Amino acid sequence: MKVTEKDVEYVADLANLDLTPEERAGMLRDLNSILDYVDRLSELDTSNVPPMAQVSDHYSVDQGKQGSERFAYASREDILEGLRKSLPHEEALANAPDADDNFFRVPKVIER
Amino acid sequence: MDLAALTIDAARSAIQERKTTAAALAEAHYVRIQKEDGQIGAFLTLSKERALEQADRIDRMAADGKPLPPLAGVPVGIKDVLSTRGVRTTAGSKILDKYIPPYDSTAVARMEAAGAVVLGKMNCDEFAMGSSNENSAYHPVRNPRDLNRVPGGSSGGSAAAVAADMAVVTLGSDTGGSIRQPASFCGIVGLMPTYGRVSRYGLIAFASSLDHIGPLAKTVKDAAIVLRTIAGRDPMDSTSAEVAVPDYVTELDKPVRGLKLGMAKEYFGEGLGDEVRQAVETAIDRLKQLGCEIIPVSLPHTPYAIPTYYLIATAEASSNLARYDGVRYSHRARGVKTLSEMYRRSRDEGFGAEVKRRIMLGTYALSAGYYDAYYLKAQKVRTLLTRDFDEAFQKVDAIVTPTSPTAAFRLGEKSNDPLAMYLADIYTVTADLAGIPGISIPCGQTSEKLPIGLQILGKHFDEATILRIAHAYEQAA
Repeated sequence: MKVTEKDVEYVADLANLDLTPEERAGMLRDLNSILDYVDRLSELDTSNVPPMAQVSDHYSVDQGKQGSERFAYASREDILEGLRKSLPHEEALANAPDADDNFFRVPKVIER
Repeated sequence: MDLAALTIDAARSAIQERKTTAAALAEAHYVRIQKEDGQIGAFLTLSKERALEQADRIDRMAADGKPLPPLAGVPVGIKDVLSTRGVRTTAGSKILDKYIPPYDSTAVARMEAAGAVVLGKMNCDEFAMGSSNENSAYHPVRNPRDLNRVPGGSSGGSAAAVAADMAVVTLGSDTGGSIRQPASFCGIVGLMPTYGRVSRYGLIAFASSLDHIGPLAKTVKDAAIVLRTIAGRDPMDSTSAEVAVPDYVTELDKPVRGLKLGMAKEYFGEGLGDEVRQAVETAIDRLKQLGCEIIPVSLPHTPYAIPTYYLIATAEASSNLARYDGVRYSHRARGVKTLSEMYRRSRDEGFGAEVKRRIMLGTYALSAGYYDAYYLKAQKVRTLLTRDFDEAFQKVDAIVTPTSPTAAFRLGEKSNDPLAMYLADIYTVTADLAGIPGISIPCGQTSEKLPIGLQILGKHFDEATILRIAHAYEQAA
């Protein structure tokens, strides 16, 4: 994959970076050199490999649990005065037109 | 007072036995910093008021004959990516030049609750992005063992301070090797705990699934004491694990005889410097003499670790650094007329070249049309790399490798070639990706008297075993 000047402009835009012309030229060079090297990942067959976004999924989240239980590890005791306890998972999902045991389901949000 | 010989226990007992005071210890270190740090550049900010207040507290406890907490009066340095309430915290960046955090990181709070005296904030590569501390927006750090060379990075200041006896122990952070590699370059101990072992609350985030906090110390025991102090579940960090914290210190003296150590051939191939290879192989031989069994293992996806790391880390960084927008706490560009102009110019002025490069790379890897080929692909390879370790750890208790392919390089040597700099992380990034713990300990030096590091990698939450092995080697050396 070759990065073009237009790509650099587009990405700088997304990243909210106001690059000078020298910076843009340098970026073009560096990105191409790095992505060239990174391309070797395509040598690997990962068609049946699940992605790993979070190491602690490996040992914290019990995929066998559902609802509030599954996310219990991420909750905390209320430590500030006046805060009420959060609504339990199941109750929060109860009114949803479409949900599974854990999440609300909606049409695709991210264009890929 | 011989600062060079000062360890945590030595400091604490000297205070308990009234041979010295916490205030005197702190002062002695500030004198040393005044004398040496002009050349080295390890500190960005000194926190004298806070240090002396804490020292005073400890001294009053000692005078009252009260038992002292585990880190009582111990002078420590905190890498400038860890928030310290009321004390300027820059992450090594100009964009946070004036930032004063309104809260303490959990790791710092735990250190101070245990009596540690925070001397100041340690210089580092900007936003922890770098392997030489040359990316600090303020000034580089020089290796105390050879001032023409880098201390390593990104926790270069943390490593140099311990190596030069300007602090007894420091906290650093490790995302791709940033605790272990500088420890190796400076000839000290650097421990990266399992991901989730230490709360990241208050750590200025670089890559949230890869960041780890850990100690840099003069001895393995000191690293164990600090780990015992800072480890453990924190409700403020949902990725901190609900795993009990063993007493790492009492575990240290358990025998290593019979432990199985893996030697992965991928870490001893091309690119490894001859003198480093020799020192590491000699060290492994020593461990064999101490009764460990050396077993060949393979971590076949190792050649894919650097590309995987540089896609995941930069992607996560591009998201984490989006918050530096000139609105709430960072540098704001002058003379801007629109909101958009404010964001862009503030960021362009405040961020250094390497940070911008990584934000660009990460944004690109996540952008429409490229997400699958880059970011998602990297996440899948991350699974493969983790499986390599899972499989190896079925056969062995720990894996021994060099920490870095070379000893400390010269300032300026790699700073013009980003890719060459990235490749220096080859032996350290794998542990960050898999979330396993790793320790680097000194195991000799090159013919130019530059330190060489031995790395010991362990299973998730098995810091006790790698500390034990490291301790046994250190005691026998």
